[in-house]
Amino acid sequence: MTAWKQICLLDDIPRLGSRVVRSAAGSIAVFRTAEDECFALHDKCPHRGGPLSQGIVAGKVVTCPLHGMKLGLEDGEAVAPDKGCARRFAVKIESSAVWLQFN
Amino acid sequence: MTMKKQKLVMVGNGMAGCRTLEELLKLAPDMYDVTVFGAEPHPNYNRILLSPVLAGEMTLQDIVLNDLDWYQRNGITLHAGKTVTNIDRIKRQVIAEDGTVAEYDRLLLATGSMPVILPVQGKDLPGVIAYRDIADTQAMIEATRQHSHAVVIGAGLLGLEAANGLKLRGMDVTVVHLADWIMERQLDKPAADLLMKSLEAKGLKFALGKQTAELVKGESGRVAAVRFKDGEAIPADLVVMAVGIRPNYELAEKSGIHSSRGIVVNDTMQTYDPRVYAVGECAAHRGIAYGLVAPLFEQAKVCANHLAQFGIGRYQGSVTSTKLKVTGIDVFSAGDFMGGADCDEIVLNDPAGGVYKKLVLKGNQLVGAVLYGDTADGAWYFQLLKDKQSVHEIRDHLMFGQSHVGDVGHAGQSKAAGMPDEAEVCGCNGVCKGSIVKAIKEHGLFTVDDVRKHTKASSSCGSCTGLVEQILASTVGGAYQPAESKDKPVCGCTDRSHGEVRATIREHKLLTIPEVMHFLEWKTPNGCASCRPALNYYLISTWPHVALDDPQSRFINERAHANIQKDGTFSVVPRMWGGLTTPAELRTIADVAEKYQVPTVKMTGGARIDLLGIKKENLPQVWADLGAAGLVSGHAYGKSIRTVKTCVGAEHCRFGTQRSMAMGVKLEKMLFGMGAPHKVKLAVSGCPRNCAEAGIKDVGVIGIDSGYELYVAGNGGIKTEVAQFLCKVKSDDEVQEYSGAFLQLYREEGFYLERTCHYVARVGLDHVKKHVVEDTENRQRLYERLLFALQGYEDPWRAAVEQPAVRREFQILEVA
Repeated sequence: MTAWKQICLLDDIPRLGSRVVRSAAGSIAVFRTAEDECFALHDKCPHRGGPLSQGIVAGKVVTCPLHGMKLGLEDGEAVAPDKGCARRFAVKIESSAVWLQFN
Repeated sequence: MTMKKQKLVMVGNGMAGCRTLEELLKLAPDMYDVTVFGAEPHPNYNRILLSPVLAGEMTLQDIVLNDLDWYQRNGITLHAGKTVTNIDRIKRQVIAEDGTVAEYDRLLLATGSMPVILPVQGKDLPGVIAYRDIADTQAMIEATRQHSHAVVIGAGLLGLEAANGLKLRGMDVTVVHLADWIMERQLDKPAADLLMKSLEAKGLKFALGKQTAELVKGESGRVAAVRFKDGEAIPADLVVMAVGIRPNYELAEKSGIHSSRGIVVNDTMQTYDPRVYAVGECAAHRGIAYGLVAPLFEQAKVCANHLAQFGIGRYQGSVTSTKLKVTGIDVFSAGDFMGGADCDEIVLNDPAGGVYKKLVLKGNQLVGAVLYGDTADGAWYFQLLKDKQSVHEIRDHLMFGQSHVGDVGHAGQSKAAGMPDEAEVCGCNGVCKGSIVKAIKEHGLFTVDDVRKHTKASSSCGSCTGLVEQILASTVGGAYQPAESKDKPVCGCTDRSHGEVRATIREHKLLTIPEVMHFLEWKTPNGCASCRPALNYYLISTWPHVALDDPQSRFINERAHANIQKDGTFSVVPRMWGGLTTPAELRTIADVAEKYQVPTVKMTGGARIDLLGIKKENLPQVWADLGAAGLVSGHAYGKSIRTVKTCVGAEHCRFGTQRSMAMGVKLEKMLFGMGAPHKVKLAVSGCPRNCAEAGIKDVGVIGIDSGYELYVAGNGGIKTEVAQFLCKVKSDDEVQEYSGAFLQLYREEGFYLERTCHYVARVGLDHVKKHVVEDTENRQRLYERLLFALQGYEDPWRAAVEQPAVRREFQILEVA
């Protein structure tokens, strides 16, 4: 079953920043880029479990705050030559509200 | 409508050319349709690793740098095994031997070099070869299977490596050399003699001062002997000519492109035909055609930048270094190692111990170095030499190398060559020597940065960087590219160095990160986790109260005003001015620890209390409780003032000469909230017994009967550095003024993430003394600027408690 839920307004997430959503699926990091696109990843770095939500966002990449692994926001894949992947969640923005798909 | 892509043709499929393509693809992946012609029937391989292949230490597969898949993936048409014979510059076409024609808008010549063949009788006999490519290497390996006597003509780098490889494959090898000592272009005689002795111990024979007159044909038609001018002859059924290389510019010259001992290029690697570029061993830049890999890579970078029409960067020539890749032998040389009348030499000669070192100085600069037996400091000397750094202050201990005393994390090792493969090099990430060597070979790595990315070695605390450099240097030899310490770009988002960025922000009064990125043509839309915090610091330290702080460009610790831990919780350290506290404060801390079930409470090294394991969402509440008792942020998380550690001092101590606690509190209050390029720690001791350990602090103050001694640029962390004496002062006010001025100078001139010890090592203590001690007016201005910047600073914890916009950072979104 897939369910879309509204989590906050776009303005509740800082540009080049993120918010953490607590859910049954664990913590999810929702990021906002400079272009106001939103992406969501499981808030756990594949390297050593760092909270990705606390990383610095640039372009469509987040840098994990613990050891600096970089992950693509669109696919959750580690930037080469690193390997690893954080689970991604679908996000949509509708009339300045942010929706997250839980599955 | 799509724009038609331009056509780029590259002639020569070697390391310089392919590196140019790689750099170009990084900058402008879609700009050109690329066609490559290579005379050899192979993809690009690492030519400098032919020696290990010959020696049987690596295979041909190991040394391929760009496999066929790489060409395909990047849409590059590869004509391997096709030699280009003509360039029609009017029709803008190149024509290969087999008639293949390719049109170009831009042409890149990377035709490399040809081995020099001695014009002696018998030079064309079977069994006589040069040492240049895969085919030569295979011919040599083949010969070792059937023949036993090899003669290598030329005792240069390549000749010796060839001789070593042939010997390892069981041949009887004699090296013939015209000069009086081997490697005379890289080594002086004492070093060469030591080298020859150890090569002789490996079984090589040498014939020095011998001129080859003739290669004698044997009964089989194959070469059988080498005859010298003095009449003597030695048996030889394999002759390897390694007497040098010459730039291969025949094609260019034939096509009317101006050439003179190489294809003449300008500082943008452009030939006299503006559509045609040349890089690598075929190019003559300012009269020099380089034969080592490191300069070629620098050329590649510049050339790619201009091909991509970025128009930034000039190639201005290279200083080169040499390292011989013979397992078990350590030789290094760089620069003008022979010296001359206007040079000084510092020499260490221990023939019995097998160590020889010579440093050549001109004025206050290191201009050349030869090391034999112990090359651990080669990379450091090379850096000093390239950077033209003044060695005035370190001259007396220059010979003893870069001090490794105090380096921790790799069992005190300072010589990589002697380490076994399983020895741990990087203690932070658990990377051993063998994995580093493997990554260097497999991925064709040439810089420490590449090694960091692929292995994680030296990517955390960095204390093993020297070891990683050595491993890299001994694995790739002369191709090793030391990082530019001075003009190193901030990160991959820009070619600008920290110094340039700082200067531009000041000169053009840039006030925001987007402004800086736009003005300096950043390559990424909003930088990265490396450059953004640096830019944010440069802006607010240059324009205090005018440029606004950007929280999203700060590392999480500074954004959340607490220290992130491995499990994602945070630690909270309230400030205890000068390490002093009260029963009421302790009671509050105890209450908070209980109320929020803080799992760990510990004393920090900076004499205060650390509450570990607090959830981020609880931070504002914790701070509110602490704040109610007057406790404020200890900034234990920031690139900022941390603590002022004090001893008891004259207030209580029977030895104390100064009131160190009071002095420490004054300093800490003065510096509250001071941001800096990196963390800043101070200490005040009340007497020279120095119980506050002021000798390893960024600013150390030691009370003496007549006042205070000030020390700067100490460090107790990754690498212990003893602070250097700055000056003596009389009063508390002077302690504040002098240390404040020093810290402001560091704040204004330091590069982001540069501790004071690195900053002072870069600019020199003399520079600091000039600005802070000798020039009274300048000191006062620095001090005033510091006080101005700190004016009105408010406790960040209170802001987080009181301002809803800031509080949002700590709130979690809940979904039902």
